[in-house]
Amino acid sequence: MTPFLEARAAEFSYRAGPPVIRGVSLGVARGKLSAVIGPNGCGKSTLVRLFAGLLAPARGEILFDGVPLRSISRRELARRIAYVPQAHALAFPFTVLEVVLTGRSPYTPRFRFEDERDRGRALDALATVGAAHLAPRRVTELSGGERQMVSVARALAQDPQCLLLDEPSAALDLKHRAALVRTLAALRDSQGLTAVVVTHDLHLIDPLFDHVFALRAGALLAQGSPAEVLTDSVLAEVYEDPHVRTRRIDGRTLIWSN
Amino acid sequence: MTKPAEPLTTAVRLARALVLLTVLLLLVAALALYAGGSRIDFASLRSDPLARTLFFRLRLPRVIMAALIGSSLAVAGAALQALFRNPLAEPATLGVSGGGAVGAGIAIALGWGASVSGVPLVFLCGFAGAMIAVLLVHRIARSGALLLPGALLLAGVVVNLIASAAVLAIQYVTDSSRALQILRWIIGSLETIGFDTVWRMLLILAPCWIALLALSRDLHLLAMGEETAGALGVNVERAETIVHLLCSVLVGVTVAVGGAIGFVGLIVPHAVRLMFGEDLRIVLPGSLVFGAAFLIAADLVARTALSPVELPVGAVTALIGGPFFLWLLHRRQRYSAL
Repeated sequence: MTPFLEARAAEFSYRAGPPVIRGVSLGVARGKLSAVIGPNGCGKSTLVRLFAGLLAPARGEILFDGVPLRSISRRELARRIAYVPQAHALAFPFTVLEVVLTGRSPYTPRFRFEDERDRGRALDALATVGAAHLAPRRVTELSGGERQMVSVARALAQDPQCLLLDEPSAALDLKHRAALVRTLAALRDSQGLTAVVVTHDLHLIDPLFDHVFALRAGALLAQGSPAEVLTDSVLAEVYEDPHVRTRRIDGRTLIWSN
Repeated sequence: MTKPAEPLTTAVRLARALVLLTVLLLLVAALALYAGGSRIDFASLRSDPLARTLFFRLRLPRVIMAALIGSSLAVAGAALQALFRNPLAEPATLGVSGGGAVGAGIAIALGWGASVSGVPLVFLCGFAGAMIAVLLVHRIARSGALLLPGALLLAGVVVNLIASAAVLAIQYVTDSSRALQILRWIIGSLETIGFDTVWRMLLILAPCWIALLALSRDLHLLAMGEETAGALGVNVERAETIVHLLCSVLVGVTVAVGGAIGFVGLIVPHAVRLMFGEDLRIVLPGSLVFGAAFLIAADLVARTALSPVELPVGAVTALIGGPFFLWLLHRRQRYSAL
């Protein structure tokens, strides 16, 4: 089966810098929830930016459903792949609904405004992430975690087939982290959504994620099911830390560093 | 499900904004045409040739000139704020006006009259100077995908300082009559005789307005963040290049004609935001209309406040805009990017 998203010998470096992604080949299966893990600066965020089409590989190829990403128009791509960047503050006090409505712009002609259907879709997306009550608030008044949920809602309003999230749980509290993963798993099960989540939060992964990619220094070091990757030996190698310990309890993996 | 607090759709809000601001513009324009050093009785325009000359050769062109420059500076300010995701950005704070001033100053020192295929050299040089300044400031403030708001404004201030030093140097080395010309032009005035310059400006400015308005959705998305806009289907690099170019033309040409008129691009877009909300697809066209009304009013104040002495219109806008800038800075909690 063709992978839904695929990197073939992809290489990338930021302007005049050392290579950040070094010949990565991997495939993300359709309708699966995948995690990308690895130490700081290992190229996780760059990898999802390549998948989102925000960066183009210097060598190699990124494919979406077997088609090279560069041959798909940006607007077309925005209807299929949604990307949630790392949390950042907005400069202007837009309302939450205004922000989520921008998720409908890939479907709206340039000189038209969003219609009632788009509005309904935006409110649905907010409800899905449990943030319907925020709709009339201004984004500049929200907490970091609330802003993060609004970003996810905007991405969902794009009605994407594939959702890419860059450290979505960083600003979220315990309850909202769990809620976010449950939401992603529910969308996978109900709508066949494919999601790729970059995360440092290894406890987020078990038991709802299907697959884990572990990067180190811009290269794919290991991949497999959470049970295969979240082990003492693999994680010690990924993080170059011999003190990593894991223990499986009730189908979950506890991870710590001694 | 909670109903949103604002039941009006964007289209209705835009229509309402445009109607209200256009009525305001017409009222201000009528007042500005009537008032001045000598009041013009509209009824006497038919019979009195002197009044007719005063009205059609001086008053009307000046009001239209104020409208053109006000619209251009305001819409450029709104676009630059979205592009740089910084509510304090505007042609003057980003050094774009300074860059334009150096370019125009060089052209004046070389001789006013020259033109390249019909476009006055002073317009072209103003545009080139503005373009160099905006690219320089953008390059300095950029760090990866991030625009550092502090660095952006500091770079703008320094570009302005360099620009005013350069203009002084040009004044010093050029002959005295041209130095005086440059001085009068730096002080800035909307005075114009007849419609020649007005038409020439309109031919260049109007296409830029239309192009910027056509990009207002891209700017609305860019205001949310570069990566977000890219992920929503905007060709970020292309949009940024076009907006840079358009704003440089708008600012370069207005600076070349009217001199340094600061803060219009700051006050007007924020006033429109306060009245009609943050959506750039409303703020841009709203600023275009309100900018005209604002500068016509500022020029009316400049002409009449200390009559018969005429104040430079740039002094009036700076006296209103400076404190407004400080007030915005003070409210930084609301504008969290600062």
